[in-house]
Amino acid sequence: MPRKVVYEARVEYVQILDEEGRLDAKLAAGTLTDEQVAFLYEQMVICRQYDEVAFKLQRSGRMGTYPQNKGQEAAALGSGFAAKKGADFLVPCYRENAALFLHGLPMEHILLHWMGDERGNQIPEGVNVTPISIPIGTQMLHATGIAWAYKIRREPRCVITYFGDGATSEGDFHEAANFASTLQVPCIFFCQNNQWAISVPRETQTASETIAQKALAYGMPTVQVDGNDLFAVYKETRDALERARSGGGPSFIEAVTYRLGDHTTADDARRYRDPEEVAAWQQKDPMIRTRRYLENKGLWDDDRQRAAEERAKAIVQEVVRAAEGIEKPTTDDIFNFTFAELPAEIVRQRDTLRTSSIGQDRTHPDVASRTGASTR
Amino acid sequence: MAQMTLVQAINHALAHEMERDDRVVVLGEDVGLNGGVFRVTEGLQKRFGPERVADTPLAESGIMGTAIGLAMAGMRPVPEIQFEGFLGPAYDQLVNHAARYRTRSRGAVTIPLTVRVPVGGGIHAPELHSDSPEAIYAHHPGLKVVMPSTPYDAKGLLLSAIRDPDPVVFFEPKRVYRSFREDVPEDDYTIPIGQAKVVAEGTDVTVVTWGAPVFQCLAAMDELPEDASIELIDLRTIYPIDVETIVESVRKTGRCVVVHEAPKTAGLGAEIATLIQEHCFLHLEAPVQRCTGFDTVMPYYKLELDYLPESPRIQKAIEECLAY
Repeated sequence: MPRKVVYEARVEYVQILDEEGRLDAKLAAGTLTDEQVAFLYEQMVICRQYDEVAFKLQRSGRMGTYPQNKGQEAAALGSGFAAKKGADFLVPCYRENAALFLHGLPMEHILLHWMGDERGNQIPEGVNVTPISIPIGTQMLHATGIAWAYKIRREPRCVITYFGDGATSEGDFHEAANFASTLQVPCIFFCQNNQWAISVPRETQTASETIAQKALAYGMPTVQVDGNDLFAVYKETRDALERARSGGGPSFIEAVTYRLGDHTTADDARRYRDPEEVAAWQQKDPMIRTRRYLENKGLWDDDRQRAAEERAKAIVQEVVRAAEGIEKPTTDDIFNFTFAELPAEIVRQRDTLRTSSIGQDRTHPDVASRTGASTR
Repeated sequence: MAQMTLVQAINHALAHEMERDDRVVVLGEDVGLNGGVFRVTEGLQKRFGPERVADTPLAESGIMGTAIGLAMAGMRPVPEIQFEGFLGPAYDQLVNHAARYRTRSRGAVTIPLTVRVPVGGGIHAPELHSDSPEAIYAHHPGLKVVMPSTPYDAKGLLLSAIRDPDPVVFFEPKRVYRSFREDVPEDDYTIPIGQAKVVAEGTDVTVVTWGAPVFQCLAAMDELPEDASIELIDLRTIYPIDVETIVESVRKTGRCVVVHEAPKTAGLGAEIATLIQEHCFLHLEAPVQRCTGFDTVMPYYKLELDYLPESPRIQKAIEECLAY
């Protein structure tokens, strides 16, 4: 029997806007207009401001744990902008705030979530995103299921699901990729490879040379892009969405980016990260290169930057006011969303919360006469 | 003797046992270089090397499943699952494999692993970081379930757990992690699994609890009139449960309040109430009272103290039980 190669693999890397803000005009053709780039850059300014303010809210005790998004704005915005607002569906992890806002999620929702308030997960009607997902990697299966429903109903809609490099180690990722590919559903697997899963670096996480190549094992088209490059992220996501919409099934995109902040405010990355590595990535910050690009085209300057920052501050200030201004939820909220129709025991617990230690009905005359509890 | 927090006592116990027994290995997410997200494994990788203190890929089923393999091959694995809410992916490996291997191999294969899991609410943590699933694991035959509430007990129980020939789920109440220090001997000592502790002796009512609510119960007792004589039992081990200590106490007091953070329905309180009913029926002066979390999803932190059995609610439960 002969020995022959039965499978050969190849993964492309795409960069269109480099660290210096230089554009590959050929690859950029037909992607983002200058107006769109300026719009998306301003979203970056707003989201960066949001992130900094959220961090300070946690530090000053006004908010619980918060995972900063900083450094990953191009990945979120480039992909989110490629999806059709109101039609396509985003199934996020927790470092895609910018994409969620772009798709209409009110900005105070994310703050509410991290302020320990479940109303932050109550997605308004017509906004096609799921609440941010805390356990790692579980949401990709839900995304696959949503996309499956679109396929069954022949709706021309797609799903983008976001996750990190660490999530590709979870079994659920592999099951989702396999389902999506065998079912040929319109789902884009968008991996934000930010190099770190809390303290575990990409090289320890997987022995694969790329994350993107994992998709090949499931027969899924895949590509690696510079995740801090708005153009490359947008182009590859748009192409993947077009393929999905025309029945071409799922795609995988590995966006190579970097978590400029700590994992969350409960983490201190200085314990495990080389400051030189962080400094090098700070130079690759998506905001720096996008701004350079706009400046080179004469579309941006210091005055515009100042004005954008002022607008961002005002927007975020208003969002914080909204999030902090909301009244504390009532204790009824602990119970009311457990089922469509609450079982009697839960109703009892809810309604006697203040009169008994565990919501027992102590009003029966025999009991009441012995304890006097019902009058308390 | 050194003053230690719960975190320090567990860290110390791990180092102690790794020093004593080179079969002991620690594995999990962020347990090595970072020393664990709660710093429970701080310094262990530096001291014992990355082979014995391994940062694993982000995969709970992987952590639990490979720990089973390590145990089968003669090691003493101590995997960490970062938060109780992330036990989900590891559940299959733990209950369908670790818990059953001895039985299904007729004793030929045993799985001496100790999975450490931070547990419980009250620390303003995000979603899925505050649950109390101990009853679920106590319900699975083949698993021992432990939850110390003090640094001293934690060391003694962890050494027992690692030396135990069977799988042990070792729950660590987050709320107690850094809440106080106490003397922890640096010498070798163990506390037997399955032995409750009488924290305070009394004659009027027995309060049974474990984990962080032990301190809520003590606070409630401080608020009650001095002539109310309350016996407080810290269960320490959830399974196998120390029936004898509970029964002896309730036969004396005739009344019992069980306090736990987990939901009421099918919680450990139900088991304890039934055991009391089986063993102390003729001694009872009042129905066994449960003071627990509600039958709902653990709320986000704005409402967590309304959900948890905090001391005012425990006080009310004790009063209700005493008044019956």
